[in-house]
Amino acid sequence: MTTSVPCGRSVPYLLLAPALVFEILVHLLPMLGGLWMSLHELNQFFVRDWTSAPFAGLDNYRFAVDFDGAVGAELLRSFAVTAAFSALTVAFSFGLGLVAATLLQRPFRGRFLVRGLFLVPYALPVYTAVLVWKFMLDRGDGAVNSALRGLGWGGGEFWLLGQNAFLSLVVTAVWRLWPFAFLALMAGLQSIPAELYDAAEVDGAGPGQRFRLITLPMLRPVARVLVLVLFLWTFNDFTVPYVLFDQSVPSAANLVSVHVYQSSFLTWNFGLGAAMSTLLLLFLLVVVALFLALTSRSRRAA
Amino acid sequence: MRREPRWLPVLRVTALGALGVFTVLPLYVMAITALKPLDDVRDGFAWWPSRLTWEAFGTMWSTVDLAEYFVNSGVVAVSSAALSVFIAVPAAYAVSRYRFPGRDLFRAAVLSTQMLPGILFLLPLYLIYASIGQLTGILLQGNQVGLIITYLTFSLPFSIWMLVGYFDTVPAELDEAAVIDGTGALGALLRVVLPAAKPGVAAVAIYAFMTAWGETLFASVMTNAGSRTLAVGLREYSTESSVYWNEVMAASLTVSFPVVVGFLLLQRYLVRGLTAGALR
Repeated sequence: MTTSVPCGRSVPYLLLAPALVFEILVHLLPMLGGLWMSLHELNQFFVRDWTSAPFAGLDNYRFAVDFDGAVGAELLRSFAVTAAFSALTVAFSFGLGLVAATLLQRPFRGRFLVRGLFLVPYALPVYTAVLVWKFMLDRGDGAVNSALRGLGWGGGEFWLLGQNAFLSLVVTAVWRLWPFAFLALMAGLQSIPAELYDAAEVDGAGPGQRFRLITLPMLRPVARVLVLVLFLWTFNDFTVPYVLFDQSVPSAANLVSVHVYQSSFLTWNFGLGAAMSTLLLLFLLVVVALFLALTSRSRRAA
Repeated sequence: MRREPRWLPVLRVTALGALGVFTVLPLYVMAITALKPLDDVRDGFAWWPSRLTWEAFGTMWSTVDLAEYFVNSGVVAVSSAALSVFIAVPAAYAVSRYRFPGRDLFRAAVLSTQMLPGILFLLPLYLIYASIGQLTGILLQGNQVGLIITYLTFSLPFSIWMLVGYFDTVPAELDEAAVIDGTGALGALLRVVLPAAKPGVAAVAIYAFMTAWGETLFASVMTNAGSRTLAVGLREYSTESSVYWNEVMAASLTVSFPVVVGFLLLQRYLVRGLTAGALR
């Protein structure tokens, strides 16, 4: 949209100026700084006076992707864990959100109450949402085990340790995130004209057919952005594992963000940490580009 | 209203019921634990307290410096939300209303910074702030200023992105008329577009507030004893000997209450902003 109103050529730039200044400060400079750091031997000896850290070339990168070495192996492992975590969390959040949004389309008494209730986990500050799960999963006698015992399913496992830790991570993340999918898909459903459904019904389409032939295709643009956003949020997630497991994240649930954080701030190897985050960034760029290319092609084909 | 087969209401009640239980159980646990006396939370979990008490809501203020963290979080979240809206409104207006060289580049930059991992900015910002402190004596670490600026890394792109979508829904004829009446671009923005997009601005502000209120990564690195926010402060309820779970949950409820209410009141506008801006 453009106004035809004459304006000085500098007006848009003046309006943009504050945003540009801060974008440079909080995005551009740190990114350049990160790139610089990843090429230098920036460890505990040079943190105080980081500009004097010796040039390391690609050593940090070589170190990070040397999958036979301890550092590279652990990075690869945390990458795999993150990919699995992200895929599962996005799938479940999307699925639950779609079910809830579809079923809440039809007006019934108490609908707004249910809708508001479903949104609460997402509205909570992240750490309080995670803290309550930490409490429920904690120890052998937490709420989850107590409920499992009540249902006669045993229970007594330590959910925050070992392989179970991964499951705990996924459940907590889904609980917090599915309401966002619900919110976005509800908005998508509301934008579908009712006439489409009426026409389909006149043609004799049942609810299953209407869902498959109208709802799903019409939701595609919303779903596309939603999946992308959910993927990026979960892949970069830090708070859920960090609050759930404190400092000692079990390796089965060690997400990449936490791994980079620990490599940088616990061992003071900022150069390596910066190299890892640059690799993470490159990976995300490739995935996002692929995703956008694939989904836009399928959209044209459809 | 359309007819529906008989199995549909059954499916609806079952599925929504299951989702309801999944949603409510942790909230129930949070509430019931907050209302337990300390002795109760030391043993195994019980679905009902031995007695209901508001004790934890009183003692939580002295176990850790909750009030101070509350104030710190409030200062940081309100300032970063205000700053972010203040910067994003003119920028979004420019992108929505004018065609100018560099517009698409700016849009693309805003969109892409939105999806970068926070950890990417954490390390360099940490060192940049440290250097600024050494060089100029202006301390950005260990106080609120650094955190407020840092939170722009995610609230600014989001705010611009959403507001462009919102401003696009305001008919351009309105501000064209205002400009012809002689108010100038800024006058048109302030007097016409902003009032019409008020819900959008409110939604963006509450969202920026929420993310700052819940942020953990930057807060855990960039704060010290004097500037600690709630996200970091709530961890102090765990001591080596025990965790004051009743107080943790009481504090969690107290901390959550304002944002949950704000979010529920404004979620309709957030949805509209998402469809207008993000989900286009």
